[in-house]
Amino acid sequence: MQKFNTLKSIPAYLPIVNIDTDMIIPKQFLKTIKRTGLGKNLFFEMRYDDQGKEIGDFILNQNPFNNSKILIAGKNFGCGSSREHAPWALLDFGITCVISSSFADIFYSNCFKNGILPIVLEEEKIKELSEYANRKEEISVDLNENKIVYGNNEIKFDVDKFKKKCLLEGLDDIALSLKKSEKIENFEKDLKNKKPWIFND
Amino acid sequence: MPNTLYDKIWKDHLVDLQDDGTALLFVDRHLVHEVTSPQAFEGLRNSNRKVRHPNLTLAVADHNVPTTDRSKGISDKESKIQVETLEANCKEFGIKLFGMNDKRQGIVHVTGPEQGFTQPGTVIVCGDSHTATHGAFGSLAFGIGTSEVEHVLATQTLVQKKAKNFRVNVNGKLPLGVTSKDVILQIIGKIGTAGGTGCVIEYAGDLIRSLSVEQRMTICNMTIEGGARAGLIAPDEKIFKYLKDRPMSPKGKDWDKAMEYWKNLKTDEGAKFDKEINLQAEEILPMITWGTSPQDVITIDEKVPNPQNEKDEDRKNSLERSLNYMGLKPNMAAKDIKIDKVFIGSCTNGRIEDLREAAKILKDKKIAAHVHAMVVPGSGLVKEQAEQEGLDKIFVNSGFEWREPGCSMCLAMNADKLKPQERCASTSNRNFEGRQGRGGRTHLVSPGMAAAAAISGNLDDVRKYQN
Repeated sequence: MQKFNTLKSIPAYLPIVNIDTDMIIPKQFLKTIKRTGLGKNLFFEMRYDDQGKEIGDFILNQNPFNNSKILIAGKNFGCGSSREHAPWALLDFGITCVISSSFADIFYSNCFKNGILPIVLEEEKIKELSEYANRKEEISVDLNENKIVYGNNEIKFDVDKFKKKCLLEGLDDIALSLKKSEKIENFEKDLKNKKPWIFND
Repeated sequence: MPNTLYDKIWKDHLVDLQDDGTALLFVDRHLVHEVTSPQAFEGLRNSNRKVRHPNLTLAVADHNVPTTDRSKGISDKESKIQVETLEANCKEFGIKLFGMNDKRQGIVHVTGPEQGFTQPGTVIVCGDSHTATHGAFGSLAFGIGTSEVEHVLATQTLVQKKAKNFRVNVNGKLPLGVTSKDVILQIIGKIGTAGGTGCVIEYAGDLIRSLSVEQRMTICNMTIEGGARAGLIAPDEKIFKYLKDRPMSPKGKDWDKAMEYWKNLKTDEGAKFDKEINLQAEEILPMITWGTSPQDVITIDEKVPNPQNEKDEDRKNSLERSLNYMGLKPNMAAKDIKIDKVFIGSCTNGRIEDLREAAKILKDKKIAAHVHAMVVPGSGLVKEQAEQEGLDKIFVNSGFEWREPGCSMCLAMNADKLKPQERCASTSNRNFEGRQGRGGRTHLVSPGMAAAAAISGNLDDVRKYQN
């Protein structure tokens, strides 16, 4: 997994609440058997008209936001379907940090598996940061220090320590869990005694 | 200390607990479908890893399959590749698969319970948010992403943090024509789509206990629309009776041993919940959604909201956006909303009892001339049962199309979709923008309400057609 350390970018602001994963990447693009190549279809229905032309009003179609690495959005971002295609599409577009006042659980967890940092901030702070998007000014995110720096200000944010470590070091979850193989084996032995019906064999 | 049912299942599956609270949880049952698994199998291959317990894994293709004649296979090239990739992966890794022409094939959340793969007290996962459905059996069941699918395939465990406990109590008796779909829509309307974020919901109360197994599944299924990853109900005699003698249920001595364990699966008296709400069943009426979020609910007797009455600016903008997308005017009566299509099916309402409920309303009636309506059974076995009961004839005689099983127009990944601006009364679970097809407009309703809408040609009160 790609590491996440620090990031500097002009953020794009999408002031819509309850952005669901269908909106982030509609179903017709879930037929892929790859993780890559979804960026061009990110926010497809808001981004392109019926003829497939870019809609100029949409924020990610405008310069410099078409190069934003940070997305600021309304509350409950990523609700709905569990599709990991949503973070894959964001990543493929170049967005590696999403800031919102709340995230849906599955999307939130999927981000960390893909080197994307989701940051939860109070609504008030979101409004403040969105001003930087409006003025096309850069902000920077520092995961080491748990802070966002904008102008002469900074905001601290919370992130689970273990998730932070995995992001900073780009760790492979599966390899980490397989280090606990002995514990898994012991659990399984115990399970076979206590609940023999589970194993179906 | 008294524990909740969720606390108990959690503790019983802990393989490891780090000091920071990060847990490694054992997964008893893993369901796999074609859309969220190819990249996971690819990951296994790239790292030279195996599936740790093929026996605890069950696969079925449901999202992409056609619901019309299947004898010629899948015509859409990408869909075909995805379904074939699942077949190849299952063969390579030794996983049991119900293929497209197997009568046990169906929506993964219909198939699991039907086969007895879903069992009380287990941890069940699937790369699909509606995995919450299986919580109806008193299991901890939740949707995961594809990276997590790969993790479960490789390790039979999942890295998790404990969620909060949220109890929803529903007591009393439902009025005539009101179903468990209306109950869950009402709950989502009350708590909002982020109301359950970070929580596992336990549904309790005498109304919940009075529900059938399938009605419970409808409630647990839409838990994710209230923001909670999992929703569960303590198992009881109805659940045990349902599971007895299913193909993958425990047999003989194993059954007796399982029963001993299952019978004790309940929340202890005095257990602490972080959140709790109460609903009275008598106050719940037939519901519809008017907007583009499952929390946008009103009763069939109400009017769509007026953004001008909203003080909160965000809420006002959101209402305006929804009304605009849905092509509705503020203060319009629900019953004045004319529909073009009706879809009965999905993992929410595609089971035999759902079809019976709709057929009861449609018997000896015709659907409105301008309405195109279809029934997509949740599985081949549901279809077979319905045909034995003659339900297919009732649907066809009334003007409905009788289709093959799959996810179909719930998410429109196959050929079944709405055209732009088409309006649908749907028994599915999501009314998001574009969910049933680009520009399509979805109103979520119960199977009876969908049948009533088909007859009237507009959203209507199912009680009007009740004998």
